[in-house]
Amino acid sequence: MTRYIVQRLLLLPFLLLVYSFVIFVIIQAPPGDFLTAYVATLSASGTSVSAEQIEALRHTYGLDQPFVVQYLYWLRNLLAGNFGVSLEYHRPNAELIEEQLGLTVALAVMSFVLTWLIAVPAGIYSATHRRSVLDHLLTVINYIGVATPNFMLALILMWIAFAYFGISVTGLFSPEYADAPWSLAKLGDLLAHLWLPALILGIAGTARLTRIMRANLLDELNKPYVVTARAKGLREWRLVLRYPVRLALNPLVSTIGWYLPQLFSGSLIVATVMNLPNIGPLLLRALVNQDMYLAGGILLIYSFLTIVGTLLSDIALAMMDPRIRMGA
Amino acid sequence: MTIDAEPLLRVRDLRVSFQLDEGTVRAVDGVSFDVFPRQVVGIVGESGCGKSVTMRAVLQLIDPPGRITGGEITYRQNGRPIDLARVSPRSRQMRDLRGAEVALIPQEPMAAFSPVHTVGAQIIEAIMLHERLGRGEARARTVELFRDVGISMAEQRVDAYSWQLSGGLRQRAMIAMALSCRPRLLIADEPTTAIDVTTQAQILALLRELQQKYDTAIIFITHDLGVIAQMANYVVVMYLGRVMEEGPVDEIFHAPKHPYTRALLRSIPSLQTETRAALPVIAGTLPHPFNRPPGCPFHPRCEDIRRGYCDVAVPALHALGPRRAVSCFLHSDAAEPA
Amino acid sequence: MRAPSIASDATVSDVQVTAAEERIAVASNWQLVWWRFRKHHLALFSAGLLICLYCVVICPAFFATQDPQRTDARQAFIPVQTLHLFDGGWNPWIPATVGKRNPVTLRMEWTTDPQRKIRVSFFTRGEPYRLFGLFDANIHLLGATDPTQRIFLLGSDRLGRDQWSRIMYGTQTSMTVGLVAVTLSVIFGVVLGGISGYFGGFIDLVIQRLIELLQSVPTIPIWLALSAALPRDWTPIQVFFAITVILSLVGWTTLGREVRGRFLALREEDFVLAARLAGARRMRIILRHMVPTFLSHIIATSSLAIPVMIINETSLSFLGLGIRPPAISWGVLLQEAQNIQTLALAPWLLIPGLVVIVAVLAFNLVGDGLRDASDPYSH
Repeated sequence: MTRYIVQRLLLLPFLLLVYSFVIFVIIQAPPGDFLTAYVATLSASGTSVSAEQIEALRHTYGLDQPFVVQYLYWLRNLLAGNFGVSLEYHRPNAELIEEQLGLTVALAVMSFVLTWLIAVPAGIYSATHRRSVLDHLLTVINYIGVATPNFMLALILMWIAFAYFGISVTGLFSPEYADAPWSLAKLGDLLAHLWLPALILGIAGTARLTRIMRANLLDELNKPYVVTARAKGLREWRLVLRYPVRLALNPLVSTIGWYLPQLFSGSLIVATVMNLPNIGPLLLRALVNQDMYLAGGILLIYSFLTIVGTLLSDIALAMMDPRIRMGA
Repeated sequence: MTIDAEPLLRVRDLRVSFQLDEGTVRAVDGVSFDVFPRQVVGIVGESGCGKSVTMRAVLQLIDPPGRITGGEITYRQNGRPIDLARVSPRSRQMRDLRGAEVALIPQEPMAAFSPVHTVGAQIIEAIMLHERLGRGEARARTVELFRDVGISMAEQRVDAYSWQLSGGLRQRAMIAMALSCRPRLLIADEPTTAIDVTTQAQILALLRELQQKYDTAIIFITHDLGVIAQMANYVVVMYLGRVMEEGPVDEIFHAPKHPYTRALLRSIPSLQTETRAALPVIAGTLPHPFNRPPGCPFHPRCEDIRRGYCDVAVPALHALGPRRAVSCFLHSDAAEPA
Repeated sequence: MRAPSIASDATVSDVQVTAAEERIAVASNWQLVWWRFRKHHLALFSAGLLICLYCVVICPAFFATQDPQRTDARQAFIPVQTLHLFDGGWNPWIPATVGKRNPVTLRMEWTTDPQRKIRVSFFTRGEPYRLFGLFDANIHLLGATDPTQRIFLLGSDRLGRDQWSRIMYGTQTSMTVGLVAVTLSVIFGVVLGGISGYFGGFIDLVIQRLIELLQSVPTIPIWLALSAALPRDWTPIQVFFAITVILSLVGWTTLGREVRGRFLALREEDFVLAARLAGARRMRIILRHMVPTFLSHIIATSSLAIPVMIINETSLSFLGLGIRPPAISWGVLLQEAQNIQTLALAPWLLIPGLVVIVAVLAFNLVGDGLRDASDPYSH
């Protein structure tokens, strides 16, 4: 078990290295470089820059070096925790990202928790009450849930809230808490605002997971060990929860590996539509404004979160299933 | 071996049918037999003859769309008869009976244990369900049971997962689980089909030995007549959900009355016959479940068919002696009421 | 000595062969798939719906009532107009909308005037277009009888463009993106998965790691970054193909895995060995013996991948980093609905989203039906 986790952990820096190179290639791809854009913003604000100054800047940023050297520069800075300075905000990128990172993770985690809280009981109910009215209803909801892009759902809900109830469901804090220091009341306020975007973000995943849970459990309910357990004289619901549900959860745990990354990715869209503090909208602005080092930093953070998500799923699966843990 | 006057289990005219989209399958169609305390009853028949379904009905373990549609299953609990066919499958009464009074050794030892729980945990759970024992005591009993069923290193094996055990060990553990609450009736559903021949012989010997030691009655389901000859005192021959013939093992093997039983016995190879001779087979094929022949279910394949009788009416199970019965128009004209 | 079993399972399956079973026994694989698919009524209905959508894809101009790019500031935010078919006999018409500027908010407020009827007719002459890029045509499914009049079946947007016509063109783009991206994914997936599964060894290892790497990529951010890196001066067609390639970059991995699994299993099968012993060439074994056994499965999986691609394209374009105006896709149309104030004023701008949902739903239902049907020997 420990060996397994250590193996996966050792892989992490290597994967990050691969990602960082790919990301550097992508952010360097657009024509012009960081400095061209920088000079353009400076001249737009009325500051004129001389050719010598540009050349000096170019040298400081290592932009006169070949591509690979530039990459190594960037990597060295990253390792020192230096993500560069944002063109648009004139602030260190690390600071910008840090401000929003907590809430980004909070949104994804909340979404994940909601998904499981809904999908597992719904899947169990559907499988144990097959062909009941509620099972059919859940199937219909699931199909629609999978078919609705989450920005669409966000738009519809925001429109209904605004047009019929006159409330705006954007942002993560009420005005009185927005700049207040952290307190229990502020946390409560955050949760009150967070559940709706979390639900919107998680709806497609919830639908998918419910279907997986239902199908798995239906498979497991037909297995001989269920008859054995029933023949022992176990109470039906206890039997279902203890044996087939336990086994049906294993494939569900293995979905964490793709589901958490999908939530991090998806939060970008929901956060943009609902105007939430999140690294997603920050990335979008950075990409549109060619604020490339900021974009690169955020992409790297996304990759990191994704790898961690996959890692957590592997560990959870090993903990859940003795066959994997013991390498059978 | 003494035989008590009152049967432990008395099944009369049991009927189980499955309501499928394509139609109704009458899997068990009027089955009657008795099981006396400490007796081994062998139920023999081809796959799909309803022998497993009959046994599941006794434990009320028929899954929808299957349903018990008629008949009685009288189980004598401490001298008091209960009709199990009338007891709800999820009732407390039924649950208290399962495992404690009537235990099951299922067909596939491979899949009969949950792969994510240790074998011991699953047996301890069964013990604690029916008896007032602490976890420690239940575990001690499990270890003891493991020794009884011949599992070496019992202490360690209790904490093993089923996939870490060999097929034979798994079946032994299954037997340990079935015996864990000292049931008075053990239902063994083809317990040796999935394991290799040498292990099979050991398991059968073990079952015989444990039957003596624990004083349980066993219903032994198999399609293997050789196993029946080794194990059973009493035999019930089934075909397409009906009892063809029943009686003490010697009489069934040496004086079979029903053409089906006779055909079955002919198809066993014996040391006396010429080695290269083709084994006689039963003519015709097993009818499709939706396509049951009218009259006696066996008549399309029967060599001694009486036209006008066998293809029209269903022969009733006719008693030939106190514990001997056959359902065939060659022996009695009694027919089932239409 | 062990007595033989008195009945093997072969006897059970060896049931009397009826006429129906005979028919099944000689049917080709595709016939079996079709017979089973036919039983899913919802899937069949969805398939019909998809055929309708692809008709629009073939020639959106015929279904559009007018030029999708035609703007008119005086006709902004016109609400949905209802088509009436009868007016004392067959005489289709649409009530005219009249605008009045609200003196306080200075917004145009539109009311229908049932007295003023705009006559419309089917298969009428209107805006000229080129059919399949070959023939000049000017027949439209529906249009105002007087070509100078404009009708707005699904309302108009902030620039006074007709949403109905724009949705027709958007359908062409979005459905094509889905189809082309999945086709590319299938090609990548089958080729790479096939190579990986058939040859095994080092190649297999490399491709497997590549798949794992691509599957753990945070998809949406990377897609956004890639499309942001596309040169600004590319034509809509170039952007379209670039986006399609970007989408299929990750899409092929699932299929690749599946194909590899099948190849690994099939490689050991006797009929492959038989073909090899008969001296068949490698490509022939792959194409004639192995691929046909899982082709129906690939088709089912791809039909389930198309809706994912459509949602991805829509999301990307919605964020402004996918298909770019003046090209029209469902996502581009939904960009108009980004502002909540606008939405409260003109909720019909969400209609393209409903089209997306319906299309994706139809693909999913057809895909599920196909997947169930593609394994005709189960049950």
